Amino acid sequence: MNGEPILRFKDVSKVYPLPAGDVVALDHVSLTVEPGEFIAVMGPSGSGKSTLLNMMGCLDVPTTGKIYLSGQEISRMSDDDLTRLRRDRIGFVFQQFNLIPLLSAAENVEFPIVLTTGREESRRRAIEVLRMMHLDDALFSHRPGELSGGEQQRVAIARALVNDPDLLLCDEPTGNLDSKTGTAIMDLLAEENREGKTIVMVTHDPNVAAYARRTIRIVDGRLI
Amino acid sequence: MIFLDLAVRNLKRHKVRSVLATVGIIIGVIAIASLGIMGSSLSVLFGGLVSDVSDTVLVTPHLAASSGDPFDPRNTLAARISERNLGLIEKAAGQHRVIPMILASDRLQVRDVGGYVTMYAMPAGDIPFLLENEAGIYPQGRSSGVMVGSLLADELDLHPGSRIEVGGESVRVMGIAAERGLGIDINPDYALIVTEDWYTERHGDQDYSRVVVKVSDLSEIESVKAAIDQQINRRKEVVDVLDSREILEIYYETSDAINIFLLGIGAVSLLVASVSILNVMIISVTERTAEIGLMRSIGAQRREVLFMFLYESLILGIAGSLVGGIASIAVGYYVSTSVAEFLTDFAVSGGGGIPITVVIGYVAFAMAFGTATSIVAGFYPAWKAAHLNPIEALRYE
Repeated sequence: MNGEPILRFKDVSKVYPLPAGDVVALDHVSLTVEPGEFIAVMGPSGSGKSTLLNMMGCLDVPTTGKIYLSGQEISRMSDDDLTRLRRDRIGFVFQQFNLIPLLSAAENVEFPIVLTTGREESRRRAIEVLRMMHLDDALFSHRPGELSGGEQQRVAIARALVNDPDLLLCDEPTGNLDSKTGTAIMDLLAEENREGKTIVMVTHDPNVAAYARRTIRIVDGRLI
Repeated sequence: MIFLDLAVRNLKRHKVRSVLATVGIIIGVIAIASLGIMGSSLSVLFGGLVSDVSDTVLVTPHLAASSGDPFDPRNTLAARISERNLGLIEKAAGQHRVIPMILASDRLQVRDVGGYVTMYAMPAGDIPFLLENEAGIYPQGRSSGVMVGSLLADELDLHPGSRIEVGGESVRVMGIAAERGLGIDINPDYALIVTEDWYTERHGDQDYSRVVVKVSDLSEIESVKAAIDQQINRRKEVVDVLDSREILEIYYETSDAINIFLLGIGAVSLLVASVSILNVMIISVTERTAEIGLMRSIGAQRREVLFMFLYESLILGIAGSLVGGIASIAVGYYVSTSVAEFLTDFAVSGGGGIPITVVIGYVAFAMAFGTATSIVAGFYPAWKAAHLNPIEALRYE
């Protein structure tokens, strides 16, 4: 990465114009995410942490300010370019798992790379990542509806990692899981981080945040 | 092709919905194809019914208002062409044969069957010129015999030598005219043909109902028409002069109009089917909003989402068109043969068979139309899906 941070926010603001008045979701935020970091973003609901995560994930662009992903400025990129970045450089893990119900576990995992890679290679890679998540081989052909919450989240993490992303973004990854399963999932994420994966995670649970090595607090769109 | 795969799986997930949407397309395709086939078999029959009388110029009393269409109800008036005007027509026609005739009707009684019958009275010498003789001989001069149209003879089981009662008088059947079909000049198949002398002897001298001019050289039709017009209609319109080409054109215009009308009905049913596809696709997009948001956020391009939904409606369209196409070959075949049978019951043996290329043409057209409408119907929902905001779509429950 020749010293370049994974992610750099430079004076980033996001304003949502609403009929009742503008809503400032992010207010002149500057931050840097270095390679190998594990960051927890904490804050009350409505504080702007989701907006922050969406911008890190190239789902949204700032109203003012600049965002650099591995040195590349993304705030003026076209939808297609942003989509390509999400596909190749970012991994997303959601609270609701968000697996595609029509696809089997293995197919869900290979989805991001099958868009660019041959099917055989994608499948090989998907199975490799699923095994890393300690998911039983017998479950690979199951549809999400046939899997437990913990199993679904393992599949979702496998999907987020299958493209070997620069940055893994997690939005309340344990929010829909019981504490035991949640702990297992957090252990997986911590393991990934130890092996060098950069992770940014939104959570409001201090126990979960404790896995991170740095915590960013956000209130009313400002870092504190 | 993971997106094609997803489209197929989504259709399978909602089997009933997909099947119903397909049924709509099937019905639409069958409607277009079979109505098209039916329409063209009607035109084929029309063509078969109208016998080849392209050498004929027909002179009829001028109508104040008429289209010239033989089926026009305004034609049934009892106007006449005078002896003087016949002379003018003969003069104008030059060497071409002029056949004046009187159309009348009288009561016919055969054994215990009775009723009115059309009667054509024309000069004895002209009868062989217009009609072929199937059996017996042509009626001569004042002789008491009459000629009977072939279908009337079949119906009443008449043969040369049979005795029938015409207007209360017993007369002998001299000959049976060969079947001729619908013509613009005369339609003798269900009529009696008598000599002019026979007729005037019983009903007195009369003016003529129409005059047929047989033009020996087809290229002279226009000049003959112009000459007649010039001779008689100089000061005011006394007669209408038509040639068979014009009348055939009217026939074909009529059948084309019927064809377009039938295809229009078919098109409407496909339109309805496409609305149901539109509906299904909108439901599908709405249901899968969160899924679309997810796909977009993990790297699916707008174009890919667009195609995923287009594939869905395309598959519905192709499936419906295939099934509908196969079914409409059967339906179209049945329809056209039954139309043919129905018409040949009372008309000439018009070839009911329509060329296989026409059938395939209509089926292919219907299938293409069915597929195209489903793509058009699928486009808006697909476009909508592709342009969802991924963040909002993800949050959608």
